[in-house]
Amino acid sequence: MNKKQKTMLIRIVITSIFLASLSLINFENNILRFCLYMALYLIIGYDIIKKSLHGIINFRPFDENLLMMTATLGAIGLGLYNETKGQQGDFNEAIAVMLFYQVGEFFQKLAINKSRKNIASLMDIRPDYANIEKDNEIIKVDPSNLEIGSIIIVAPGEKIPIDGIIIEGNSSLNESALTGESKPRTIKKDDEVYSGSINLNGLIKIKTIKSFGESTASKIIELVENASNKKSKSENFISKFAKIYTPIVVFCALALVIIPPLFIKIILHNDVNFSQWIYRALTFLVISCPCALIISIPLSFFSGIGCASSKGILIKGSNYIENLSKLTSVVFDKTGTLTKGVFELVAIHHNKIDENKLLEYVLLAESASSHPIAISIRNFYKKELNKLRISNIEEISGQGVIAKIDELEVIVGNEQLMKNHNIEPILCHSVGTIVHIAINGEYMGHIVISDVIKEQSYKAIENLKKLNIKNIIMLTGDIEKVAKNVADELKIDKYYSNLLPNQKIEKIESLMEDKTENKTKNKKNILAFVGDGINDAPSISRADIGIAMGSIGTDAALEAADVVLMDDNPIKVATAVEISKKCLKIVKENIIFAIGIKLICLILGAIGIANMWLAIFADVGVMILCIINSFRVLLFKSRFN
Amino acid sequence: MKKTYKVEVDCASCANLMEETAKKINGIKEVTINFLTQKMEVDFDDNKDEKEQKKIIKEVLKACKKVEEDFEIYL
Repeated sequence: MNKKQKTMLIRIVITSIFLASLSLINFENNILRFCLYMALYLIIGYDIIKKSLHGIINFRPFDENLLMMTATLGAIGLGLYNETKGQQGDFNEAIAVMLFYQVGEFFQKLAINKSRKNIASLMDIRPDYANIEKDNEIIKVDPSNLEIGSIIIVAPGEKIPIDGIIIEGNSSLNESALTGESKPRTIKKDDEVYSGSINLNGLIKIKTIKSFGESTASKIIELVENASNKKSKSENFISKFAKIYTPIVVFCALALVIIPPLFIKIILHNDVNFSQWIYRALTFLVISCPCALIISIPLSFFSGIGCASSKGILIKGSNYIENLSKLTSVVFDKTGTLTKGVFELVAIHHNKIDENKLLEYVLLAESASSHPIAISIRNFYKKELNKLRISNIEEISGQGVIAKIDELEVIVGNEQLMKNHNIEPILCHSVGTIVHIAINGEYMGHIVISDVIKEQSYKAIENLKKLNIKNIIMLTGDIEKVAKNVADELKIDKYYSNLLPNQKIEKIESLMEDKTENKTKNKKNILAFVGDGINDAPSISRADIGIAMGSIGTDAALEAADVVLMDDNPIKVATAVEISKKCLKIVKENIIFAIGIKLICLILGAIGIANMWLAIFADVGVMILCIINSFRVLLFKSRFN
Repeated sequence: MKKTYKVEVDCASCANLMEETAKKINGIKEVTINFLTQKMEVDFDDNKDEKEQKKIIKEVLKACKKVEEDFEIYL
């Protein structure tokens, strides 16, 4: 609680006590009574009056403070009018309305602060200090001042402040704040570590490779904090609604003072009790603030973003939460997304030269490529080769590599690449990815490598189906046989194989336009693409929602994607959809509840059933209930575990 | 050129109003005032240097104070 809030609390307490005691005292002197009430009114409402005057000066007639002041001063005016008629005027109401309004504002601020802190603690991965060694002593410094290449020391239990490489020590890391994965990761010398992870057991020395601001933890925090800047359709609807709601209610209030009394007087020729209609109009003004909506809708989305990030899912905007909740199609890339992207050598066929010699050429040719196949080949054939033997490498996207090695032209790639160079490859019957090799235009044989499906992929597809996502599609540059095998295994209904990177984008575009599946329900087709964030960056940015996975430490993925899964677990796609659905459900509840209650109160107020007390309770109570309701997003539990 | 500032803003509807007021100021492409994170993101026109940006922020503060007196930008 800050100073402002403390003063407010004191004002609230004083007003409550005196208001209760004033109504118990039987006053002889009406002027003294009025003065005491007015003093109380000023105590509880002076800031409202000040803000209203500020509003008047700046020509803002629909300022909520001004409306509140008008309503309460109006009520006091009616009380005075009654006094002139010899009755005792009711000033309790005006002060009570002001009091409840302030209590509501007070609780709202407390609740918002609390939620801000809760959500911030979900994302509390920002390290506060770094240890460096200076003159044989370890001192704590501000990590933002450290230059790239500094040596930092991280003791057990401490957070790693900056991304870097271990130069000394072994330990294990808790990376759950980054990835949502609670299993510790064992680390040793030369491993890359990311800021925000917690060192569990050993003392480690790290050489930093990034500045503090560019490190993983800072990037993530920045991303999540800015996420709520991107507004969803519901939020835009609410701001538009808020803009017209207040003026409409104010004009209705005016109409209420003029039209019904005139109607009664002129048409029905009855006597009119003007003060009754003025009172009803003032009741309208009390309900004229759309605060409950304006606060609770963004708060729900903010909670959704916070909740997702605590599970290792970064959603970069409220608009993406909205889209995720309405998702109709999910397109997966195969390699590295549904499969491990780690290929194993299964067989070598038809080789005309020595097996090792053949592998050596493949390895050299693929030595510069970042394609998963190339990386795996380098991994299973761990021999240091003299790269000077290579004089030229040309990578043909989606097909393979042509390299000049030992002055020989080596072509390594798929069937298409061979055919393009007038080489007739021998086709293979095994299931797997076939890499053909030709040297100086002569076919030399092929190697069969095969990828392994991730264990979580089965559940990932199953969960998405259970969440009513009808179209699950797999795209791959791999051959038909492999694609069919993986699709059948995972029970994916549709797949497209043999796609070059640009064909993948075309496929995604045609799938996005394909509205036939949803035409009957007249719903928009919203498509998400899930890929690895580096090779699939163009597809990721093209889809309605681009989801990048396994992205810890890769800036490109953080940039291109709309949703980032920090680890490479495809089940998280379903989790993200679940959180979004829950979030949107709460948003809808809040909209219906807040607007509904206000409408009812307006109607009851117009026909004279609801008085100002009920109106202020509706206004403040609805707001607080909506705020509490939006917290429920944070209690999210997946229905699949 | 985007910059983020820490701000103090007391009411959610004021934040929306202030956004609209601030957007009208010359030299600004886009402003978002986030009530929940108490942060303001300003996207300046590309040709503005540090000095001009400071001037613009002063104008933003002045304009926003007209909406809510308690509004504050922490530099």
